[in-house]
Amino acid sequence: MTPVLERMEPNPFEGVDFGKLERSLQKPRTLFSLLMSAVVTGMTLLALIPLFSVVWMLFWRGGRKLSLALFTQLPPAPLEQGGGFGNAIAGTLIMVGLAALASVPAGILTAVFLAQARPENRLASATRFAAKVLTGFPSILAGVFAYGTVVLITGGFSAIAGGLALAILMLPTVTLTAEDALRMVPEKMKEAAIGMGATQTQTVWMVLLPTAMPGILTGVMLAVARAAGETAPLLFTALFSNYWPTRGAHVALMQPTASLAVLIYNFASMPFANQVEMAWAAALVLVLLVLVVNLAGQALSRRQVQQ
Amino acid sequence: MSTGTAEVKEPPESPEAGDGVVIDCKIDKLFYGSFKAVRDTTIPVKKNKITAFIGPSGCGKSTVLRCLNRMNDLVRGFRFEGHVRYRGKDIYHPSIDPVAVRRYIGMVFQQPNPFATSIYNNVAFGLRLNGYKGDRHAKVESALKGAALWDEVKDKLHKSGLSLSGGQQQRLCIARAIATEPEVLLMDEPCSALDPIATRKIEELMTELKSRYTIAIVTHNLQQAQRVADQTGFLYVDTSEGGRTGYLVEFGESKQVFEAPQQKHTQEYISGAFS
Repeated sequence: MTPVLERMEPNPFEGVDFGKLERSLQKPRTLFSLLMSAVVTGMTLLALIPLFSVVWMLFWRGGRKLSLALFTQLPPAPLEQGGGFGNAIAGTLIMVGLAALASVPAGILTAVFLAQARPENRLASATRFAAKVLTGFPSILAGVFAYGTVVLITGGFSAIAGGLALAILMLPTVTLTAEDALRMVPEKMKEAAIGMGATQTQTVWMVLLPTAMPGILTGVMLAVARAAGETAPLLFTALFSNYWPTRGAHVALMQPTASLAVLIYNFASMPFANQVEMAWAAALVLVLLVLVVNLAGQALSRRQVQQ
Repeated sequence: MSTGTAEVKEPPESPEAGDGVVIDCKIDKLFYGSFKAVRDTTIPVKKNKITAFIGPSGCGKSTVLRCLNRMNDLVRGFRFEGHVRYRGKDIYHPSIDPVAVRRYIGMVFQQPNPFATSIYNNVAFGLRLNGYKGDRHAKVESALKGAALWDEVKDKLHKSGLSLSGGQQQRLCIARAIATEPEVLLMDEPCSALDPIATRKIEELMTELKSRYTIAIVTHNLQQAQRVADQTGFLYVDTSEGGRTGYLVEFGESKQVFEAPQQKHTQEYISGAFS
């Protein structure tokens, strides 16, 4: 051990006064640290200003109009007072539901494949690349795609077409976040399952997916939140309707369908005070809807963990 | 998915070797890719005995253990020459299903690795895998009792397995492994992440378990091998071919290996000349 000591440089702390323990702003690094803390706090506050002003405006302008009638009545005609957007809420729920029904199982199973595939698997790399490209996909193109594949073939705007467009937008988010969540499952848990004599399928179903479920749900919620707010792809596909998405007593998926996003888009640009106020209220309802879905998802995943 | 319930309960009856050898392991060469990890290692694991593998780090003792239930299949580039006969059947024969092998030859790992689910579900995992139709509660209880954990957890079976202490987690993993009543338990340094008191508990448990199970254990703790093992194999690293290839130096009754080692390397290792 002694040779190491001999090779050491002369004491680099020579002349440093270790007796001074008091905090002092005269020390440059203390001053710098304080300054940086102030900058970080200031920037955070700055970033919060637009966020809070949007939320505040939403509650301020939208909250005034909030009433039960909004949820039960149909949109008013120009110059008509009152009315609601119950059909748009129903339409948004139906189309986001359809989109989730299509994209969540497909996305999760794709993620299982990506997470289990070996690194040199070409198909996996190509799929992952495509999913990453799709995350930045302009949403209007998803609408154009659904227009070409569903609207033109079936001959009309429909909730199905809208659902497909939204599903295309949700798929990459669900897939990529689910893959991340699956990869976060510790290798030792996988080993434990395999060591118990679990097949690959059993390992995925009984260990990987349950363990990764909170992360997967987070991804699903993100995707749902995005899909619920999309307007452009719905303009080409579901269009809008002033009526309930039903035919007789049944839900009808093959007719033009209203949605909150398109309602906001339509009403916000109208020269009628009632419609503009309704657009504000619809925006608030949309935000609250997404919030409720998010909270529900979080509660669900928390229960999953405790089990 | 799980069709082999009946098989799992009753292992196929085939004549055992007369001297009670349950796993007859003979590794001629073992590669990871082009890296030769182990050579010339023959270890007979005997029924209701504890067989310990000792040796310095990197001597391949864990690798050898993981050969015994084909856990090495998960490692890319794994290649193996030799045989591992479980009750006379070569488990590396192409007709053998490695998944089925692992149901008879269970494993406890170095790091306690309970699933992120309740204590009960952890133990019931193997029962669910095999579609066990009988009284699950009774099985879970007896497995937890078998792992000396029942009294500590009986009032919180629904709590997460991850909420337990390290030693408890490891006993939970043992309970999980014995719930399906495998014939052999492989333990890969089961105490290396535990404190001395938890270690002592696991050691006592192993001694109790050997009346029902056959145990093979890897340990870097010589005292542990001396305390619990009936027979001991000493592996050492051979660097003569350039790489670091592990091989078996000496194998025998623990008493003999520790008190009267025949080989120079064994003597040096046991007397603490290197580690």
